[in-house]
Amino acid sequence: MLDILERFGLSLLIGQFPHGPLGGIALTLAMSATALVLAFPLAILVALAREATWRPVRRAAAVYVYAVRGIPLLLLIFWAYFVLPLLTGLDAPASVTVVAALVVYQGAYLGEAIRGAIRALPPGQAEAARALGLGYWRTIYWVILPQALFNCLPSIVNQFILLVKDTSLAYIVGAHEATFAATQINAQLLTKPLQVYVILAGIYFLLCYTLSRLSRMLERRVVRRRARPAASQPSFSEASA
Amino acid sequence: MIKFVNVNKRYGDYLALDNITEEVRAGEVVVVCGPSGSGKSTLIRTVNRLEPIQSGRIEVNGQDVQGDRINVNALRSGIGFVFQQFNLFPHLSACENIMLAPVRLRRKDRRQAREQAQALLERVDLAHKADAYPAQLSGGQQQRVAIARALAMEPPVMLFDEPTSALDPEMVGEVLQVMKELAREGMTMICVTHEMGFAREVADRVWFMADGSVLERAAPQQFFQAPEHPRARKFVADIRGA
Repeated sequence: MLDILERFGLSLLIGQFPHGPLGGIALTLAMSATALVLAFPLAILVALAREATWRPVRRAAAVYVYAVRGIPLLLLIFWAYFVLPLLTGLDAPASVTVVAALVVYQGAYLGEAIRGAIRALPPGQAEAARALGLGYWRTIYWVILPQALFNCLPSIVNQFILLVKDTSLAYIVGAHEATFAATQINAQLLTKPLQVYVILAGIYFLLCYTLSRLSRMLERRVVRRRARPAASQPSFSEASA
Repeated sequence: MIKFVNVNKRYGDYLALDNITEEVRAGEVVVVCGPSGSGKSTLIRTVNRLEPIQSGRIEVNGQDVQGDRINVNALRSGIGFVFQQFNLFPHLSACENIMLAPVRLRRKDRRQAREQAQALLERVDLAHKADAYPAQLSGGQQQRVAIARALAMEPPVMLFDEPTSALDPEMVGEVLQVMKELAREGMTMICVTHEMGFAREVADRVWFMADGSVLERAAPQQFFQAPEHPRARKFVADIRGA
């Protein structure tokens, strides 16, 4: 396995870059990061829309969620890759269309996770914020989301990890990400599929494990901050003295 | 200061507020009591529009709170509201709970807001708990922080919705103490509470509610000693017996 890594390590890492398009793990990471960054705010908006007081907004969000949940991700990717260019006349690279499909897909799932966390908060929280005169958006931003997002951090990480792994489907429409790179290496070697795909599995595992650890660290930090001893800090006694 | 004129509120067929017409003058402390389900909480929740009404008119400082052109957030920030369940924000420290509205609504700078919050915490005798999170405070302490939070926007009016009902008995006193001081400083207050001692000591008037109507309004001494309405008589006897 080490010899495979030695021979093909670089192409596994970055694809043909800089002589060709960026590929390999680097592209997997880039696609994952972009999709995460875009899917997260979309999911928050979907969650809010699903709980909106105005019915058309609620309806539209429900249709979106039901539709996306009812379609396999692979089909969404096909749509983004084959049908959208036909309809719009735009020709986007495979990696971009896959990111778009992933964002649409995760927007629905992540949105439902976040919505659940919002609903689980005691109604007194939003009420207290409203009674202070914070409007809808300030209440959401300063009172609801900080609590809801923290409470559903495990589900959020779950969805993020699924998203990272789902980037591997991009191989089907020919984006040169890690899975694509591995199949190419496999095609050159012909006799070592076990080794090649163990390496590939290891790569995905490492990516996802890192995400899990990061989220665990974040969780611990927040818990520590909130559980810190109740004694006041010296700066306060100075200020009040 | 606060005026109710023919206020009606319905939940479906159920009449929660039945043609209420009352007035609270500036600086006055009114205690609202009555059996559960009589509409007391609903009544004060209509003042800052936490509950909509179907007909009638509510005025705060001469402003029609149902008016089309009214900024509901500005209205609410001018009315302090204290909940039975405290409803402190658990992800914020005591100090940050108090600072939230002044910083986000008045655009006060953080240092000024901190100083103000610290002063408010001193007023409710919790200066040493500024950095504590709600989970680290007792019920009585949480409610006092909640009162400080409601005072942060310097409202001329305070509404209390059974502020001591969720407290262990030994913590009721400390919360009432803070409310009494507020009353003595001339705050206009409507308090939904069954605390007779508090009513006797600081209330100017008691309103007795049942089935969505105010059945009796009287000075506290008179109300607790010789209530006139039969329902009020039964109610007073019941809370005495408890």
